[in-house]
Amino acid sequence: MAKSTQLETRRPAAVERPPAVRTGLLGWLHQNLFSSWFNSLLTVVAVLLLARVIPPLLNWFVVNAVWTATDPAACKEASGACWAMIHEKYRLILFGRYPYEQQWRPLLGILVLAAVIGVSCNRTFWKPWLADAWIGVLVVWFVLMWGGVLGLPFVPNNLWGGLPLTLILTVIGLAVAFPVSILLALGRRSRMPVIRVISVGYIELIRGVPLISLLFMASFMLPLFLPTGASIDEVLRAQVAIIMFSAAYLAEAIRGGLQAIPNGQYEAAHALGLTYWQTQRKIILPQAITIAIPSIVNIFIGLFKDTSLVAIVSLTDLLLSMRQAIADPLWRRFFVEGYIFIAMIYFCVCFFMSKYSQYLETQFDTSRSR
Amino acid sequence: MAASTASASPPVKSSGSLWRNQLFRSFLYQVIALVILIAVGAYLISNTFANLEERSIRTGFEFLDREAGFRIGESMIPYRASDSYRRAYTVGVLNTLRVSALGIVLATLIGVLVGIARLSPNWLVVKLASVYVETVRNVPLLLQLFFWYTVITGILPAVRQALSFRFLPGVYLSKSGLMFPTPVSHPIHSYMLGALGVGLILAWVYTRWAERRQDMTGQPSQRLLPCIGLLLGPALLVWLFGGAPTAMDVPTLMRFTYKGGSSITPEFLALLTGLTMYTAAFIAENVRGGIQAVPWGQTEAAEALGLRRSTVLRLVILPQALRIIIPPSTSQYLNLTKNSSLAVAIGYPDLVSITNTSLNQTGQAIECISIMMGIYLTISLSISVVMNMYNRYVALVER
Amino acid sequence: MSESTPNGNQPMVQLIGVHKWFGQFHVLKNIDLQVDKGERIVICGPSGSGKSTMIRCINRLEEHQQGQIIVDGVELTHDLKNIDTVRREVGMVFQHFNLFPHLTVLENCTLAPVWVRGMPKKDAETTAMQYLERVQIPEQASKYPGQLSGGQQQRVAIARSLCMQPNIMLFDEPTSALDPEMISEVLDVMIDLAETGMTMLCVTHEMGFARKVANRVIFMDEGEIIEMNEPEAFFHHPQSERTKLFLSQILSH
Repeated sequence: MAKSTQLETRRPAAVERPPAVRTGLLGWLHQNLFSSWFNSLLTVVAVLLLARVIPPLLNWFVVNAVWTATDPAACKEASGACWAMIHEKYRLILFGRYPYEQQWRPLLGILVLAAVIGVSCNRTFWKPWLADAWIGVLVVWFVLMWGGVLGLPFVPNNLWGGLPLTLILTVIGLAVAFPVSILLALGRRSRMPVIRVISVGYIELIRGVPLISLLFMASFMLPLFLPTGASIDEVLRAQVAIIMFSAAYLAEAIRGGLQAIPNGQYEAAHALGLTYWQTQRKIILPQAITIAIPSIVNIFIGLFKDTSLVAIVSLTDLLLSMRQAIADPLWRRFFVEGYIFIAMIYFCVCFFMSKYSQYLETQFDTSRSR
Repeated sequence: MAASTASASPPVKSSGSLWRNQLFRSFLYQVIALVILIAVGAYLISNTFANLEERSIRTGFEFLDREAGFRIGESMIPYRASDSYRRAYTVGVLNTLRVSALGIVLATLIGVLVGIARLSPNWLVVKLASVYVETVRNVPLLLQLFFWYTVITGILPAVRQALSFRFLPGVYLSKSGLMFPTPVSHPIHSYMLGALGVGLILAWVYTRWAERRQDMTGQPSQRLLPCIGLLLGPALLVWLFGGAPTAMDVPTLMRFTYKGGSSITPEFLALLTGLTMYTAAFIAENVRGGIQAVPWGQTEAAEALGLRRSTVLRLVILPQALRIIIPPSTSQYLNLTKNSSLAVAIGYPDLVSITNTSLNQTGQAIECISIMMGIYLTISLSISVVMNMYNRYVALVER
Repeated sequence: MSESTPNGNQPMVQLIGVHKWFGQFHVLKNIDLQVDKGERIVICGPSGSGKSTMIRCINRLEEHQQGQIIVDGVELTHDLKNIDTVRREVGMVFQHFNLFPHLTVLENCTLAPVWVRGMPKKDAETTAMQYLERVQIPEQASKYPGQLSGGQQQRVAIARSLCMQPNIMLFDEPTSALDPEMISEVLDVMIDLAETGMTMLCVTHEMGFARKVANRVIFMDEGEIIEMNEPEAFFHHPQSERTKLFLSQILSH
């Protein structure tokens, strides 16, 4: 019976504030920057480093930069960045050697493509008509780029370049590879040994070699595979290599989705009497692909960056067109500005797509309630 | 309920149609697949032979023994233009492996540091690390390689005005690459190497003994310092015994350039820097994800038992984190090896670059490209096999 | 500031005027509590009342910002040595077991004795087997946690804490994550432990356990200790309105 303190109806404790040094700006500083002596040391070192690096960088980027000038001499005198070079050359960088007056066409094409990609990002639009919309957009895109109809002058493939080329290589690469990758993913899980061996062999072969070797293969060997006398356009060769490459990686992403589907789904479908293809089409694949979408977005981001490799087989993608633009002897010394310009383009596209992919992953996590 | 003696109708057997039989169907599909594959293959091959003949291109691998006739910028083994194509390919493979191996080691070191930095309680450090990771991951590698290459060849000073460092005497950085001093070859060096091997065995034996001792008596013994001492001690003794030779071949400025010491070409330097910085960012993300994936409850339980922070990290967190970190990191190592193929764009003579030159000279695209793809495939498959074995070994045992 | 109790010894655990904030949220308000050696305290209350936070402050898994916490004569401050000393004497069992999945059951139990108390491995294993027998699963010693049921895992967790031979055991909702049929096997182990005279602080909703074993039951709400009494008085004559409301909610099942 040591203690039977009955704490009777206690007055609710007076509302108290936490000790002042723990909250507000001071509190935040204390916790995040100075919580221990080691942390404080790091903070001091980091601040010193930034203080030495940021002001000169800002000077170069903005303060002393030359924004417009037609004469490179003006840039030579200034100590800052020569954004005037970009101002002069941006059309060459973005559109390659596409005829100057017709450049509104690739621009329109990019906008239309960006629009349909943007629409596809919103889950509420994931309906059957989206596939038709995509096909429609692609047709419109090719009409714009090639021309030859509706009064638009014809522009051959070898004049395509810059951002439109990068975009279309990526988009067509994924779009054409997608059905192939579904077959490969299903084939890899098949019980028929021949099918499985073919699928595994293809996937492991493509994943085991660098993209550049596939581009070489397409560039040098594809013409040999065609009947004598037939030739194949250079852009198409690179496109074939990119399609083969993405098919293998997409197949792995879809296989991940297939593996996540519980056996019970197959059992229920079979119990209802559905055939193999019905089961796949109506039950399994919709779920598998949905699960695989974050991985697929990541493949898109990677592919967008990897198309820069076609520069090595002399296709004027965004990277090569920039290098060609700065080969101009007048502006050659300002190559850094050129690199930064296209680096920012790549960065913007890839960064936002990757944020979107992270957003999708959280969406799927919460929606899969067990 | 009378037992029916009337003959019951026999159970419905299979309809007899071959088409409905599952086994037959799967067999048929496979046969069809094979036939299609062979037909397409035959078509392509016949076209190929026709085309090759039309262009008078030879076939076969005899060209490997022919004289290569081109020089290679840098090589790990002696090579002259009069050597065979086979030797040229060997040089290319060695160059690829060299930059890949170094890149993997450096990228791991930097990646682990940056990954841990991203988890730091210091807000500034986290943000700086994040800026690095996000920038590097969202810009194409080829672009980054060009950037590093132009920085090294464009911005660094010419050889006569090479940058030197106060803390590293004899090291010079310039447009022509990185130069550093190397020890003058001395007979004692091979003995030192042997002594290093002995040191390795001694250190291993000591570790075993220390573990045993802790099991028996419960007293933990100092591990790290004695190990290092045992590892390096014998080599040091041998060195002293051999007269402590300290002669170094130091790069010294002559009339036009530096002579002496060893150097790394700007191409190698640019490739190594670009590959390392790029892959380190991905490894950093893997490390961060791995450590974050270990539930916080594990740290709490270990601390509640009274274990110290360092012990908790070593015995509880790291084993679990490594299981999550290593598989994706191994595929990053694979990516680094494949990405080294971009060397062809900046002129480093790796496997792809040699293949490019060879096929342009001999015209035998199929053989050259097949050799290159075969080599890459071998490297990839070996790494995959090792990774699968490791995964099976450390998989957590579950019901 | 230690009150002397009838047996003349210092209390095992003392919380004096303890406050804790999470940011602006005042999670522990002026907690005063003394626990003597051998006492069993059950703490109950609605979720978010601060009960888990309070016992986690006792082994410094959470830091208090104001007030004093003294465990077996050692005050908990930022002094790392004190924290280490306290953690050796206090054992904790978690709601989600927190067993180390990459070690066997036996290794889970011997890890801390070997690395914290410096026990030789053989002795640690002998002790571990003793405790595993106490919790009645000695045959699982070489299995991995992933191979055991929830109830078995929690019993291993209890054995793991006991292997450090603590003077105080903290239980943070030990049966809340278990399927109903496994709750009793864990409660039996806890009752057995109580009968050996272990000082226990237990956050739980198992009122039957409280009736059987507790010396005192504490009701917490919104960060304060509202009521503290012996089980019979607590359950049959609750004083505060809030206590009455809480009891009516949980005892109606």
